[in-house]
Amino acid sequence: MMKDTRVLNMDNEDIEINLLVEGLFLKYGYDFRNYSKAHIKRRVLRRLSISGLASISEMLYKALYDRSFFEILLLDFSINVTEMFRDPNFYRALRREVIPILKTYPFVKIWHAGCATGEEVYSMAILLKEEGLYDRCQIYATDFNEVVLEKAKEGIYPIESIKEYTYNYQQAGGTTSFSDYYMAKYNSVIVDPSLKEKIIFADHNLVTDGIFGEMNIILCRNVLIYFNKELQNRVISLFHESLCHGGILCLGSKESLRFSSCEEKFKAIDLKQRVFQKKFGI
Amino acid sequence: MKYEAIVMGTSLGGMDALRAILTVLPKDFLVPILVVQHLSARSDGFLAKHLNHLCKIQVKEADDKEWASPGCVYLAPPNYHLMVEKDGTLTLSVDEKINYARPSIDVLFESAADTYRDKLIGIILTGANGDGAIGLRRIKERGGLTIVQEPETAESPIMPNMAIKASKVDHVLPLDDIGQLLNRLIRRGE
Repeated sequence: MMKDTRVLNMDNEDIEINLLVEGLFLKYGYDFRNYSKAHIKRRVLRRLSISGLASISEMLYKALYDRSFFEILLLDFSINVTEMFRDPNFYRALRREVIPILKTYPFVKIWHAGCATGEEVYSMAILLKEEGLYDRCQIYATDFNEVVLEKAKEGIYPIESIKEYTYNYQQAGGTTSFSDYYMAKYNSVIVDPSLKEKIIFADHNLVTDGIFGEMNIILCRNVLIYFNKELQNRVISLFHESLCHGGILCLGSKESLRFSSCEEKFKAIDLKQRVFQKKFGI
Repeated sequence: MKYEAIVMGTSLGGMDALRAILTVLPKDFLVPILVVQHLSARSDGFLAKHLNHLCKIQVKEADDKEWASPGCVYLAPPNYHLMVEKDGTLTLSVDEKINYARPSIDVLFESAADTYRDKLIGIILTGANGDGAIGLRRIKERGGLTIVQEPETAESPIMPNMAIKASKVDHVLPLDDIGQLLNRLIRRGE
């Protein structure tokens, strides 16, 4: 057999990480091959230092033969840092630009893709309530990780975060007192049960699963940054297909459509806040 | 020319320090510069606009997956970590804070050390915590060149001192000399 001279001068560490990710896909069907390599590497090296294992190759062995260790890696790779009303100006843009559009619909279907532990879903629920739209809405909140999805369903958050969330809420144009939306108990707060009424939490993997209903608005903020350009393109196409004509797509404040073949099929409603609308008739 | 990229990290007093260095660099500087300046999560991109106005070299906030091109300074956006991929594109993340900071200097320096190895220059400037010390050591371990602002001349000497303690630094210099050194190191045909 010929030696392939195109092989790059890869670090052993990077070869091992590629093998680990490939192994997880073959064994469990979770596909991280098109995630940002820099992100995966950080997470893998962090787990390696905590685990006491000698090498990434040993991690692969353990992940293949010990499902509970795989579950830990799965949680490592998922994106689970979020906050309520993160980027208050985004929520102001929603109130200003998007709510008037949604008010023209008799019924509004909302998809929160990659909802993690749910903080941004509940933020949206609060906003819809205050705008008098909540009763006409159905929110689908999805994530590929069952552990974080379970947390999202519970809606229980540490009390230390409330000060920041309250500030965010006020900056986001909140119309009442933020304390109306949660109950404090010991060191935690639990979100008001009425916020959960219209939310369905479901397992969905953006990398491997297909389109999701005919949505009026899709929110997927600070998820695409964890993907490489090819996967970003795939997922934005998935969003395009899942939106009704005139449907709204909201991305994180540093994300863009520029790596997407669908870029021309959206128009920006608020470019700075990354709010886009699917064009009619394409 | 040996070097392919420069990374800088700074915290308290960083705005003046960055201005002192970046204003002496030419518009057609031959490598990209990636910068983490600790900022409030709520700041609004003022720093990039301000520096871009003062400097000949272009200064902007990093966008996700954009290519780090020569002649441009990329600042980590507030509340995001900045990393660089092996293909030279930039990646942002909202992962947990490191050293109480997001963006974290260590996060940028470690990924840049992996990507550029001995073709990287790492610089720690004024600052009031220890972020960046581990990252700078990583750059040194991978063969890169390391520079630290002389603590006596820093608005806050803590960050330079921690970096100097963590590894054997190549150059400890006052601000004015750092800009000049970069201009000497990054020259066509060398």
